[in-house]
Amino acid sequence: MEKRWIGLFVENEIGVLARISGLFSSKSYNIESLTVGTTEDPTVSRMTISMISDDKTFEQIKKQLNRSVEVIKVVDYTNIPIHSKELVYIKVNSCSEKDKVEIFRLSEIYKFKIIDYNRKSIIIEWIEIESKINDLIKLFKEAFLNRIEVARGGSVAIEAIGIASK
Amino acid sequence: MWITGAELFVKALKEENVDTLFGYPGGQAIDLFDALYNQKEINVILPRHEQALVHEADGYARATGKVGVCLVTSGPGATNLVTGVATANYDSVPLVCFTGQVPTYLIGNDAFQEVDTIGIMRSICKYAVTVRKREDLAKIIHNAFYIAKSGKPGVVIVDIPKDIQLALGTDDYPNEIHIRGYNPNTSVHMGQVNKAMEILNNAKKPVFLIGGGVNIAHANNEMTKLAEITGVPVITTIMGKGAIPTSHELYVGNIGIHGSYAANTAISNCDVLFSIGTRFNDRITGKIEKFAKGATIIHVDIDPAAISKNISVDIPIVADAKIAIEAIIKKSKKLDIDEWKKEINQWKENYPIRMINDTDVLTPEYIIKTINKLYKNAIITTDVGQNQLWTTQFIDIDNNKRLLTSGGLGTMGYGLPSAIGAKIACLDKDVIAISGDGGIQMNIQELATAVCQELPIVVCILNNGYLGNVRQWQEMFYNKRYSSTCLRYRKSCNDNCKNHDKCCPEYTPNFIMLAQSYGCQAIRVCKKEEVEKAFKAAKKNKKVPTIIEFIIDDNLNVLPMVPPGNSLEDMIIKGEVK
Repeated sequence: MEKRWIGLFVENEIGVLARISGLFSSKSYNIESLTVGTTEDPTVSRMTISMISDDKTFEQIKKQLNRSVEVIKVVDYTNIPIHSKELVYIKVNSCSEKDKVEIFRLSEIYKFKIIDYNRKSIIIEWIEIESKINDLIKLFKEAFLNRIEVARGGSVAIEAIGIASK
Repeated sequence: MWITGAELFVKALKEENVDTLFGYPGGQAIDLFDALYNQKEINVILPRHEQALVHEADGYARATGKVGVCLVTSGPGATNLVTGVATANYDSVPLVCFTGQVPTYLIGNDAFQEVDTIGIMRSICKYAVTVRKREDLAKIIHNAFYIAKSGKPGVVIVDIPKDIQLALGTDDYPNEIHIRGYNPNTSVHMGQVNKAMEILNNAKKPVFLIGGGVNIAHANNEMTKLAEITGVPVITTIMGKGAIPTSHELYVGNIGIHGSYAANTAISNCDVLFSIGTRFNDRITGKIEKFAKGATIIHVDIDPAAISKNISVDIPIVADAKIAIEAIIKKSKKLDIDEWKKEINQWKENYPIRMINDTDVLTPEYIIKTINKLYKNAIITTDVGQNQLWTTQFIDIDNNKRLLTSGGLGTMGYGLPSAIGAKIACLDKDVIAISGDGGIQMNIQELATAVCQELPIVVCILNNGYLGNVRQWQEMFYNKRYSSTCLRYRKSCNDNCKNHDKCCPEYTPNFIMLAQSYGCQAIRVCKKEEVEKAFKAAKKNKKVPTIIEFIIDDNLNVLPMVPPGNSLEDMIIKGEVK
């Protein structure tokens, strides 16, 4: 079992997201994260999907996606250089003065932004790779137990230029 | 010229050379039906239920290789299609199903007879689409026919809202296809073929395992030629039956849980398994770890996703069966495998598929072999269950005879409607449906369709008063606990009943009276000597269907059998398991 990434180019039409997510659920494949947005061509949407699977299942997933009429292209990101980032917001409630000092100190180290603030609460914003975001959430969870609220966007990815221009 | 969506729909059907349409009208399809009124080129068939409607289009498509066309209304019309769509798609049958839909401005409004047709169909068809703009209609229909019949064929659903049917637009119809996400393979990789042939040409114990892909590609003559050039024995799946004539000396039999001993044993002992057009479904492999365990496996399939899905394959070849076989023939030669063929023939001789040898008993084997004798230019359809398994065991298939059966989904109620569709497509052929007393009741209303269309089909009902295939499993593996399988059961019966006897209540319905009330010819056969006479009476009838009810023993089982979870080598040949 290994973490995999797929870039998926699909028709930008009603129902295509349902088709893709339905394909995963009907075959009992588990999606870890899925992001979708339009591209430079408004008729094409681009999805970044991550999942944890073995080699055989992953091969099947790629083939099943490829045979869907709505899917224009499947790119396996697993073993090629890519750029990938995720956006996260973390809101910390019931902050003491000490907590705030701690969060500002963390922002120095992790380089996240503090984007909203009042007497009791703080919201931070961070764009990073998924694994670092996991680490930060863990850290916040420990430091501010039961007082945080997390909203994360899922990763988007693009192939690195070195490979893409080959 | 400006025409309505409904008029364009009819124009599109003509452009796609549709000669027959299976349709059931309703509120949101009424404009499409209006446009079809008095059209001479398109034969509109009105069945009695939408599930049967799809099976009829399916039978038509399987019999001809053309795209079957369905038209139903929204809501219940569309939901009734579900079983038939899944049946056809699972067996790679090309269909285009048009469904009416509430007007676009009402979609999502919980309008009368509104369902999310595309959402329901998505996972059981090849492609499903709602037409949202009048200007897209022509392109969508044109693409639908192309997608349905190309690559691995399948079902396409086109959902047309009522306002689109009424809206005016141009009468242009495209003649080009460009679908950027859909480019089916139309060639074969010669490097892979060469690799495969090097392995085959050096094999000592090779077999061909042929699935439905060869029949779908109409590559039967090519397959027979390939078998004859190489001399390699041919085993088929149920869907592949007829890939080469079943009377051919190189034909071994069916593989699978009710396959022949020789076929299953040959698969287990071969050194090269050359398979074409099968997805290695669990019903043919038995216990997967032991399947063809010593063999190098070559797999030809049009669908890349079928390769290495169930078993790992050594040499994959992604291609249409016909194109692949033609390429393979060019590289093939006669193999020196006489010892191996002798071995297989010995298995065939020692363990033929036979039912009880008591000469007086009316067995399905006798009935089906009588069909073999009396019908040379025919289409045979089956329902699902014992009737289907016996048919696939005993029926002879060659280039003049085809077998239509629901292999993938295993849909009861398929036999009669698919026979109707096949007969409409091939009026010059005899069409025989072989059904059980359970399955026939799942679409028996279609006798009306057959009568109305003046179709002299023959419907054989093998009546054993049970849902026989499940009953067989209950007898063999569930300690004879016949839970919900007796069709003669009455509320007042003893729940622990183990078999039928003279005191059992009468079977309901009376198939003879029922068939007669529909206007069919009906014959009941209880004895062996009446079988041939009944078929001869059916043959004389050129105007209405003939129903032949065969009263058979309730304890006849389909054997041999690979018990669930076992490997193909562990077959029950005769009698019961302990």
